Amino acid sequence: MSQTWPAIRMTVNGVESALSIPPMKRLLDVLREDLGLTGTKEGCGEGECGSCTVRINGELANSCLVPVLQVEGARIETVEGLSRKGEMHPLQQAFLSCGGAQCGICTPGMLMAATHLLQHNPHPTMAQIREGLSGNLCRCTGFIRIFESVIAATAQTDQVTDAR
Amino acid sequence: MRGDAEAHRMVAPGTLASVLELIAGEPGEWTPIAGGTELMVAHAAGRLPSSKLVSLWGIPELRFIDTRPERLAIGAGSTFTDLRANLRLTNDFSLLARAAAWIGSIANQSRATIGGNLVNGSPAADSSPALLVYDAELELISVRGTRRIAYTDFHTGYKKNVLAPDELLFAIHLPRRFDKHRQYLRKVGTRRAMAISKVALGGTALIESGTVSEVRIAAASVTAFPKRLYGTEDALCGEPIDSGTIAAARAALIAEIVPIDDIRSTSEYRRRVAVNLLQEFLTDLQPSEACR
Repeated sequence: MSQTWPAIRMTVNGVESALSIPPMKRLLDVLREDLGLTGTKEGCGEGECGSCTVRINGELANSCLVPVLQVEGARIETVEGLSRKGEMHPLQQAFLSCGGAQCGICTPGMLMAATHLLQHNPHPTMAQIREGLSGNLCRCTGFIRIFESVIAATAQTDQVTDAR
Repeated sequence: MRGDAEAHRMVAPGTLASVLELIAGEPGEWTPIAGGTELMVAHAAGRLPSSKLVSLWGIPELRFIDTRPERLAIGAGSTFTDLRANLRLTNDFSLLARAAAWIGSIANQSRATIGGNLVNGSPAADSSPALLVYDAELELISVRGTRRIAYTDFHTGYKKNVLAPDELLFAIHLPRRFDKHRQYLRKVGTRRAMAISKVALGGTALIESGTVSEVRIAAASVTAFPKRLYGTEDALCGEPIDSGTIAAARAALIAEIVPIDDIRSTSEYRRRVAVNLLQEFLTDLQPSEACR
């Protein structure tokens, strides 16, 4: 079916775009196919696993469950927006150092959920980390190294936030 | 089979009035979609029957929590994140706040709305038992005006409700008269987080002079839709909480629930757990030895 769709505007990682796409297209597919941002992964495709987690206007969301029309005018953050000037975000560095990533499918979602958690609570307890990441499933690490990565990042985040 | 995005029309009129006009013009043609945590799952599986969707996401008139001395009003478009962040709600209606925290992950809670939870009408709806034992009223709206009904009269069958084709759920009203009630809510699922309930049971009860003067009990996942359990309530009302009353209430509960076997559990397991949850609630109501 070829059809002209009205343009949908959004800002992804600070870059504005206007795309003529079907309004029911999943935000996940728009990010990957139309914007080439393949960092965001599809896991279950039904909101259970958190692999496709992004932030929309500062709120966590599973991008597989968001019809793109509902992000008209919204500010979206994906894993590609975490690094600054080629430098990894402290969470990315911590995941690398602590073995928080193995196969990598859950990692972008874990990073976004952890970013969201630390932004609201810079020094979370282990229980708060577990709750903050409870919507993100990992089938490799057994989670402990992911939790340790988040803890390791908190110290670094303080330094980076001070420096920025 | 994956759903086809191009097979669906979707519009976002942006205001409540324009949505109501749209659905009044073609009653039953448009399926409202709020946070999408239910309908987008159906869409992904190619099971979304409607070809025309109207977005309720971001409509400001539907997203509010209004605190009054005598009641709390929750806009149907409020997300479970909104509910958890509202201190009046978490203080005064703690069962609802607890249910909000059960609903999926943080990413689900920030999209899923309380109105969507009720209109979707799952027998396992997480917010329903709390709303039922708090005597919730629902305010429905259409171009014809608004009407209020008791939440107990909303669901009429499995995934069926009383909404007219041109109506939306507008708000949930909670009367503020439960501060002296003992309150209970527990959900049993496959695991503690991120699981759909096998059984959930809620209760509010007022104990005066050693007997039950008021009691409300409701359950999810043991009937075709979340329900008040009036037979069980009748077995308790006016009675002291002793072993005889508890036995009668357990028997009444078994008589009025109709759990089924499905992918999440069995009818027998659900029956036993429901009775155990009731027992837990009632045991908590018993006067403790220390107070005698």
